Amino acid sequence: MIVHEKQDNPDTANRLDGMKQGVLGTAMSRIDGLAKVTGTALYAAEYSADNCAEGVLATATITRGVVNAIDKKAALALPGVIAVIDDPRLTTRAAQGTADEAPQQDPARVCYWGQPIALVVAETFEQARHAAKHLVVDYGEEVDAPVDPEAVKPEEQTEETVSQGDLDAAMSAAAHAVDVTFTTKGHASAAMEPHAAIASWNGDDLTVHASLQMLNYNITELADALGIPEQRIRLIARYVGGGFGSKLGISEEVVAAAIAAQEIGRPVRVVMTRQHVFQAIMRRSESTQRLRLCVDAAGKLTGFGHHALVSNLPGEEFAEPVLQSSHFLYAGANRELKLELARIHRMTAGSVRAPGEAVGMPALECAMDMLAEAAGIDPVKLRLMNIPEKDPEKGLPFSSHTLADCLTQAAKAFGWDHGLRKPRQTRKGEWWIGTGMASAARVHNVMEAKARVTLKADGTAVVETDMTDIGTGTYTIAAQIVGEMLGLAPDRVLVDLGDSRHPRGPGSGGSWGAPSIGSALYVACKAIREELAKRLDIDEPDLALRNGATSSGTQLTELLRGEDLARVGHYEPGAISEDFTASGFGAFFAQVRVNAFTGETRVDRMLGAFGFGRVLNRKTARSQCLGGITWSIGTALTEALEFDPRDGHLVNGDLAEYHVPVNRDVPDLDVILVEERDAAASPIQAKGIGELGMCGGAAAIGNAIYNASGARVLDFPMTPDRVIAAMPD
Amino acid sequence: MTRSISVNGAAHPLPNDPRVSLLDFLRDGLRLTGTKKGCDHGQCGACTVIVNGIRINSCLTLAAMHEDDEVTTIEGLGTPDAPSPLQQAFLEHDGFQCGYCTPGQICSATALLDEIASNWPSDASGDLVGTLTLSDEEIRERMSGNLCRCGAYANIVAAIRDVAEQRT
Ligand code: FES
Ligand code: FES
Repeated sequence: MIVHEKQDNPDTANRLDGMKQGVLGTAMSRIDGLAKVTGTALYAAEYSADNCAEGVLATATITRGVVNAIDKKAALALPGVIAVIDDPRLTTRAAQGTADEAPQQDPARVCYWGQPIALVVAETFEQARHAAKHLVVDYGEEVDAPVDPEAVKPEEQTEETVSQGDLDAAMSAAAHAVDVTFTTKGHASAAMEPHAAIASWNGDDLTVHASLQMLNYNITELADALGIPEQRIRLIARYVGGGFGSKLGISEEVVAAAIAAQEIGRPVRVVMTRQHVFQAIMRRSESTQRLRLCVDAAGKLTGFGHHALVSNLPGEEFAEPVLQSSHFLYAGANRELKLELARIHRMTAGSVRAPGEAVGMPALECAMDMLAEAAGIDPVKLRLMNIPEKDPEKGLPFSSHTLADCLTQAAKAFGWDHGLRKPRQTRKGEWWIGTGMASAARVHNVMEAKARVTLKADGTAVVETDMTDIGTGTYTIAAQIVGEMLGLAPDRVLVDLGDSRHPRGPGSGGSWGAPSIGSALYVACKAIREELAKRLDIDEPDLALRNGATSSGTQLTELLRGEDLARVGHYEPGAISEDFTASGFGAFFAQVRVNAFTGETRVDRMLGAFGFGRVLNRKTARSQCLGGITWSIGTALTEALEFDPRDGHLVNGDLAEYHVPVNRDVPDLDVILVEERDAAASPIQAKGIGELGMCGGAAAIGNAIYNASGARVLDFPMTPDRVIAAMPD
Repeated sequence: MTRSISVNGAAHPLPNDPRVSLLDFLRDGLRLTGTKKGCDHGQCGACTVIVNGIRINSCLTLAAMHEDDEVTTIEGLGTPDAPSPLQQAFLEHDGFQCGYCTPGQICSATALLDEIASNWPSDASGDLVGTLTLSDEEIRERMSGNLCRCGAYANIVAAIRDVAEQRT
């Protein structure tokens, strides 16, 4: 039985708080944790399939043009080679998140250097790799493909454009103003598990083990790419070794494995190399951002301007939504916001953890620091003074607003000095030492989701949904929500995720996973509770369940009368999505030291306070925040995709040359969870936390670099060469 | 005569194809998939295993080079029923999220504790000779060959510190 609930109004009943099991929100360890620490959790490439052949992708070595011919004969003559697949249905890019249709196909048409053009299939991986590497390809190259985002005329993304009042006039009339341009380099998701798929056919039925974030969309995308009905497809992704946006859409190896397996009549496994993942999945676009901010003599924002230029391939709809939180974070009556997209032939740009805010917030928050200095106001106070009452563009109320709380609590815990700030006040040996802060914001979304909960006759429960756990903790919070609602210890709840045969969840992306799937589980459990209450002849709210029994001692097993009780919860956000501006908020504080001679920056301590509604699990929520702060450190100091200016190819496409933070780059981190109940966020009053932790953190570090050394660096990442160049003598 | 390798105490014949890395031999040849492939180029540490007591990146070495060597993988350190102290500590401290780097982290940490015990210095050690103590900075330095994109470093350090303290 499906129970549908569409949420048009805030849910202030906070029903979960009245439940008796007392397990939700606790710091329970992950229920999938033992499998992970003992190496028994199976990821996509690790399933066994009888008689499985190995496929390796071959990629283009031109920027734009056509594949005239592939010398298949030469490849097939190599030991072990079974087939060279260049079927026109092969996909050449990963689908964008929530695309719900096949991405670009036709591998003979090359749009970027590194694009997949064929799949070589052999008996062993070593044979396939060798043959793919030596594949002889004849190209018809179209020269002079544009690869520099600054050198083409960009397209305005008009739905992002805002023009209110007169910003130019406000800037000239203001007591204090900053007009500053930042740049950010591209980023890679670099999830530790490379994309992988094992495809096998049974007649017309296809089963694929893959590493994907959103099976609910991926199944449609795959069906569309293959030209078969999705009912014929089963996608499985029980463990996913990180996603960070890179596994939102169906990726090339999945489609290639499926086509190859059909063609050779055997299962085929395709695992991307690390270089494939870097080149052929998604980059976060680089950005150029101009910030114009001005205040009156009291420090109130009178003008707010944010203009960003990003890039993508021709034909891609995605434009890094740099301005996403700028639309509502701060007041300012005179507003100019504009996002432009340059069409160039670098690899596909798409979602990388916290698309938009990940680079928009660092630029905005460094500009705010400069404004605070210009106005002679404590940067914490400047932010507190400019928190708008309601959305400054749409006029909507906020679903909840924790920015002030986060700023205040974090400043206190960090020991922030609210006095007059001047750079270069502390020096120890070679090192300048200083502090900086920034606000955090990340829009909140909640999505339609379905999940089945079955209360078994034996008093245990089973959760079934195609929702994934990409390290986010879905397995664990699902057991906690169901345990809380049905009065079961979480070890009595079996959670079965990542199988497209199950009801469709929301997918893991955009930080909406936990609130959305949690809401579907809540709806299902509430319906089960109603049935149980009916059997007891009481009202559902009066049903108190704990450890498998009612408060009056009736065992659940008795109430079930030897039969399972199953409900599919179908949650759908209704008017709440339009009636409120909803966001997670937070604050970052950092202390850094900057080497006076080399420009090297080390983060010595960092603290973040985050408000994201109800905390479902204190341990996994904190880990999400730690992960986000770690990404903030990478964004601030080391992460940069570099492209060859001649042909646009990614130069540093591996983990040696693209520098994600390593253990020693990350100091002790403090996280404060500013818990609240956001009634308009979801019926479980929770918002997402997967991305908030990196939305602005890089600015806290950048501002601390300035406070320490006097180097105001306007380009991310703030590598030693840039810090030295910006440092006063 | 077949050449063999010992993995978690059991002898196995080495593969015929000399191109097979130790990592691929473990994962595909022996189906010990706990050892992960993150880069295949010695850049991430996901493939860390312990060979004759020393941790190495198993993607950077060929299986054929390990005749008679003793290899310990994550499966040899503990099981879901009997996890090792480090495996237990990683679980309690949430020293992972997606879990993909985790077997490599735990193999590294296991060998790290032995490196400290045998006073093997690192960049973070004050001195090249003498008795080492396990500071957080020592842990961070020695674990820096194991990337974690989920960013669980702070919890990984806490887990290792915990086990090291129990030992002393
Ligand atoms: S797989 Fe061996 S170091 Fe990355
Ligand atoms: S737990 Fe995901 S990479 Fe470390």
